[in-house]
Order: sequence, then structure tokens, then C-alpha cells
Amino acid sequence: MYNFDYVKPASVADAVAALQGEDAQAIAGGQTLIATMKQRLAQPRTLVDLTGITEMQGISVDGGVVSVGAGARHAEVAGSAEVRGAIPALADLAGKIGDPQVRNRGTIGGSIANNDPSACYPAAVLGLGATVVTNAREIAAADFFQGLYTTSLNEGEVVTAVKFPVAAAASWQKFEQPASRFSLVGVFVAKVEGEVRVAVTGASEEGVFRAAALEQALASDFSAAAVEGASVSSAGMIADLHGTPDYRANLVKVMTKRAVEAMS
Amino acid sequence: MPTVSMTVNGKAVASDVEGRTLLVDFLRENLRLTGTHVGCDTLQCGACVVHVNGDSVKACSMLALSAEGAEITTIEGIANPDGSLSVLQRAFQDHHGLQCGFCTPGMVMSAADLLKRNANPSEREVREWLEGNLCRCTGYHNIVKAILAAAAEMRGEKIAAE
Repeated sequence: MYNFDYVKPASVADAVAALQGEDAQAIAGGQTLIATMKQRLAQPRTLVDLTGITEMQGISVDGGVVSVGAGARHAEVAGSAEVRGAIPALADLAGKIGDPQVRNRGTIGGSIANNDPSACYPAAVLGLGATVVTNAREIAAADFFQGLYTTSLNEGEVVTAVKFPVAAAASWQKFEQPASRFSLVGVFVAKVEGEVRVAVTGASEEGVFRAAALEQALASDFSAAAVEGASVSSAGMIADLHGTPDYRANLVKVMTKRAVEAMS
Repeated sequence: MPTVSMTVNGKAVASDVEGRTLLVDFLRENLRLTGTHVGCDTLQCGACVVHVNGDSVKACSMLALSAEGAEITTIEGIANPDGSLSVLQRAFQDHHGLQCGFCTPGMVMSAADLLKRNANPSEREVREWLEGNLCRCTGYHNIVKAILAAAAEMRGEKIAAE
């Protein structure tokens, strides 16, 4: 990889200041970015390491909201008794990302800021209707994800935390691509804030999305049979050597049924 | 060039490194600790697993500068103080848990992290934990047996090698 200057600020304010520099790039666990830099697909002039910022750490549950610091590593979320108690599906999701070593480095903030179309966390953030907190503002999940590797973050804006509303029930079902360990299709189903949400990752060329047809079917009849009766279009679904659009569209239904059964 | 300092296998070390220097290259090139291997260099194979502040991580995908101030343990730091093989290392030998040996340092470091968190893992838990470690020779079976045997011995039980 090309060389760069490296800084490790101790506060969000210092990180934001450092990110004002030309071609400055934030790095958290680096489990995607370092591989990208090795391929020379990214060549920042300055790398701003966010892992030394205490105010971005920590997990807390208060008043029906689970707050996860952006610097929380996947293993911390998976192993958190508080998360497990409040939203077990969120802990399940974190515990199935990558492999144990990736989970010991990768962070929730890094995952959602990158918005890989097959990443796991965006499904939970969208499915639960979480709020993404940055140094400047709070962004609703529905506004945060803007398609392939794109978010509504501005240049130099840093995710500092994610606030999840506690769901009445939720389930994460991941059909894993066994080599990359990303979701070939992953579905997060939640009963939250009075509605049923179905968020899908790994399937669409536009990244994470809510499956409206499945949500409507489940709102009136929360059953696997209702999922079976609904139709999921394969238009815009990913075609690659692992699966056709039709295969992925079918997997969306299969994984949604598994989630519904797990919640029943 | 910036300087990085950390503790590796109980010894304080410091060296000038480039920003882009990976932890694995710092260990292998600067410290000459070549037990930590580079296999795929892309986070898949796990030959480069070391412990950073007690957690297993892939040293091919962490910057040396990110490990400033950290406590690092490599395969060279796993043996008993007298230099004899640790229970886990000996179990790999007794159960033929290696053939070419290239993946072995990563397997041992990964397994050591598992046994620290879970003293009595099931076979399924061992297999799931090894998801990030690839072996192209033995096909995992004897590696899993070795880890289960080491866990049993560390709990005070004894399983005979076949």
C-alpha cells in the first residue's frame, strides 16, 4: 500500500479537525480499509485512527434505547449482557460477522460508514429504525444509507454512536457466503415501534433495503405462510458467481420465513 | 518516521516504522519474530493471528502504529517459561494437528484465545471458532481433536492420544 501520515486523536473534536486535511481518511478497526489500501483502491494522505477516542466507546441501555458507541467492536456487542438482554438479535448479528479475529477488531461505526452492500450491521440499523449519531447531528437510519458504499455522512463527519430502540421481538437470519463470511442474503425482522420491519442486506445492488411487500404481508398476518404468499421481485438484485437475482430473491423469502418462525 | 513502542511477549520494544507498516511486518522484519506467518495477506487464512491486549487478531490487517502501547503475544511467547511446549502446543503434536505447519502458529494462537474464553468448548464451538483459520493439509479434524484434548487437560482431565 502507499504510505501515509498517521494520527491517532484522543477526542472526537480532534478527529474532526484532523479529517479536514486533504485526502484524510478515518480508520477504525481497519478490517475493510486496510485490505482496500493494500489493493491501492484507497490512498489517503492522512489516516485518522479513531480507536483511541474514549467518548466513542461503551454500550449502555437506558429507557428502551440501546446506545452503542461507534468504536464498539463486534465481539463487544456480541458479548454484551446488556445488548443480549435488550435486543438478543443484535447480539446474534454481531456474533456472526466475519470470524472471531475480525470481530475483535471491526467496529459498528466502521461497518455502517462503509455501507458494504453485503455487510450485516446495516440490516439491524435499518430494521430496528436506529438513529445514527455523528459529531454534528442525528440521522435516521432510513436517511443514512444511500446505496452502494454511500451514506449521508458529509466529508469529515464521524459516526460517534448508534441508538437502537428496543424491539418487542426481532430475529437475524444470515445465509452466509462461506468464503467471505459476508451475507449472501441476510434478513433482519423486527417488531418495533408498533410495526413489522424487514430489512435485507446482501441482495440488492443498492445495498440494504426494507422489503415492503413482506412487511405488508406480515403486518396483517405474522406467519411463515404470509411470507410464502408475498412476492419479492428480483429486479435490481445482485448477480454474481455466488447466485443469480432470482436465487437471491428466493433467499429473501426463505430467510424471512426463518426469522418469523424464530420469533413465533 | 514515527516511532512505535509496545510490549511483545513481555519485553518492551520500540522502533521507527512507516505509517503503512503492518503489525505482522513489524513483528517479522523489525523484531525477527518469524513464527507469525503471512499467508493470504487478506484477512482470510489466519496464519498471522497474534494476541493484542489478550484478544486474537489478524496481524496482517492491523497497523503497527495502531498497536502503540499494546501488549502483544506471538507464538514465540506461548511456550512454558522453561522453553518446553505448552499444553496446547503439545496437544497439536500428540494429535498430529499439523502437517506442513504453516497455519499452525495461527491455529495455536486462535485456539489459545478460545480456551481463555471457554474452558470447556464443544466440538462444534471449536470448529466455529476456527472459521478464520485455514489449513490446507490436515483437514481440521486432528486440529479440533488437539484443541479439545488440550482443553480437557487444562481442566484436569486426560484424553489419550490415538
